[in-house]
Amino acid sequence: MTDETILQVKGLRTYFNTDDGVVKAVDGVDFSLRKGETLGIVGESGSGKSVTNLSIMNLIPNPPGKIMGGEVIYHDTDLLKLSDKGIRAIRGNKISMIFQDPMTSLNPFLRISNQMIETIVLHQKLSKSEARAKAIEMLVLAGIPAAEKRIDQYPHQFSGGMRQRVMIAMALSCDPEILIADEPTSALDVTIQAQILDLMKELTSRLGTAVIIITHSLGVVAGMCDTICVMYAGRIVERGSVDIIFEKPMHPYTRGLIKSVPRLDRKNGARLYSIQGQPPNVIDLPDCCPFFPRCEHAMDICKTKYPLVHDDGNEHRVACWLYGREGK
Amino acid sequence: MKANDARGAAAGFGAAFGRDAAKAAASGETILEARDLRKEFPIRGRAGETKAGKAAAKAVVRAVDGVSFRLGRGEILGLVGESGCGKTTTGKMIMKLLEPTGGRILVDGRDVTRTAKGDEIAYRRRVQMIFQDPYASMNPRFTIRGVLEEPLLIHGLGTSGTERLAKIREVMERVKMVPADEYLDRYPHMLSGGQRQRIATARTLILSPGIIVADEPVSMIDLSTRAEILSMMKAVQRDMELSFLYITHDISTARYFTDRIAVMYLGKIVEVGPADDIIDHPLHPYTKALIAAVCEPLPGKVDVIKELPITGEIPSAAEIPTGCRFHPRCVHRMDRCARNEPAMKGIGPGHEAACWLNEPSPEVR
Repeated sequence: MTDETILQVKGLRTYFNTDDGVVKAVDGVDFSLRKGETLGIVGESGSGKSVTNLSIMNLIPNPPGKIMGGEVIYHDTDLLKLSDKGIRAIRGNKISMIFQDPMTSLNPFLRISNQMIETIVLHQKLSKSEARAKAIEMLVLAGIPAAEKRIDQYPHQFSGGMRQRVMIAMALSCDPEILIADEPTSALDVTIQAQILDLMKELTSRLGTAVIIITHSLGVVAGMCDTICVMYAGRIVERGSVDIIFEKPMHPYTRGLIKSVPRLDRKNGARLYSIQGQPPNVIDLPDCCPFFPRCEHAMDICKTKYPLVHDDGNEHRVACWLYGREGK
Repeated sequence: MKANDARGAAAGFGAAFGRDAAKAAASGETILEARDLRKEFPIRGRAGETKAGKAAAKAVVRAVDGVSFRLGRGEILGLVGESGCGKTTTGKMIMKLLEPTGGRILVDGRDVTRTAKGDEIAYRRRVQMIFQDPYASMNPRFTIRGVLEEPLLIHGLGTSGTERLAKIREVMERVKMVPADEYLDRYPHMLSGGQRQRIATARTLILSPGIIVADEPVSMIDLSTRAEILSMMKAVQRDMELSFLYITHDISTARYFTDRIAVMYLGKIVEVGPADDIIDHPLHPYTKALIAAVCEPLPGKVDVIKELPITGEIPSAAEIPTGCRFHPRCVHRMDRCARNEPAMKGIGPGHEAACWLNEPSPEVR
């Protein structure tokens, strides 16, 4: 990891128009990604983590969704201002994605070879046979045994873990600078999950790829990431290095989330912690701290104003009124 | 007319169940027992087309391949395993949603493996199920009141609307959906996943069952509310002395929630014992791998992705390996593992495992 910032998201807002009102799925998200860094975006369902990343790739279906504001600066280009053609040259090439369910992201009617070669030929000026060689090379790297034979098989002939390996091979086949992985292991069994995460970690560090991992699993971010962003109701409520987040979490939501992880070393019958209340409805959210109804430390100001971001040094930032108001 | 028949049958069968349940409580005996339960699914395909096809037509997937366990009154048994191990198929057979190919199911000491169609309705008053997906298991056009009233109508419980409403309010209080009146006229889509799973639990409780089969009840619930749902289920289970079969892939919630854990692999139970014992002193290499696979971040210990003591992926249940079915993935495999299948063997109090490592090898002796 170097200090060179390659992707910068500033004030990103993505809204969806629904019959019930405007859903502010992403409402002012800022973060940056450095070369070779692994960044984790963690949050529960509806927190806006997937929409954030679909927005980066300009993949929000419009209507009903619309990117209302903000910038996504990749090197010196704002991806949100690019034409369809311009973004297509980057998508799958410089920035590629892995989705949760490998079965639905592979075309069941096409051989793996067709799907991989198509991508490589499109983005890198290689001939078909060169592209095939490159595809086989990537499959071997991803740990697919007998890759020269298996490349001509169809997706259903692969197991769930093997399919995710194919997805990883495909995503890395154009040497992307950034890999976005949306819940890459959530559909896999626990004993396979570790193998796939290991593979991702090893391949991306070898190729120097920066990674954004979107997940609801604190275990996955802890094991994979350098930096963590915690999202709640469309905003990043805390950001810091993985050590700081797990050592000294500041936001009451982050603390609650870490305490909620069921731990194997606790005896049977021990009380499991959970955050009181329900996740908020993101329709027509008022401009207050969305976490205050569930927060043990809620104060009057939390109900009227969204907290300012407080920087604790060490690039540890938190949006909570508990911090940074000394002397006021 | 048809409903009346069902009700009549329900009364007779239900009364018998009730009596047996009381007897079971007095002696602390087994409420539910599975004996060598089996389920095979035929593989469809090019049957009859070719000679090979004819042979293939006989091929089967042995989803459950001889599963035996006992569930006591007021006990929670966890059935833990990965996808394809047969845990859900086992649960469906217990629920009588699937007919077993072999083996027996005993409830309150009665053989219920093959009950007549009319008796099934009475059986389901005794044995209820909570499904994984709270979004798919409720009719979206029913209000919460309708969702909870339907089982009462099907089983002919509660003579008047007011009586039924009182019962609905009672179970909603049990699952902490209070004040009940605030939710009665809402539709499922207006509730969060956690609230829906509370309603699903209430729907099973409204029939006062003795046994609940819960298939991954919290795997679709967000982490911050998961514990709350589990605590609620456990409180209800204790208050009502329910027997729970908790089916899950997640061994860490199983430790919190269950009294005993049975670990399944490729259609068979490979280890069973008290929950704490299984996790603190696992004996089967597969159980060890499952425990090692849990990644739990702790302050100062974030490097949680470990190399697991397991290789490869679960084989197809259509081609179960010879000998010990776990041997191709096992890091301790020996010659005999590929040849002979180990039987379940008692190791400690109530703790059994099927692994040759736990038995002195005759070749060595």
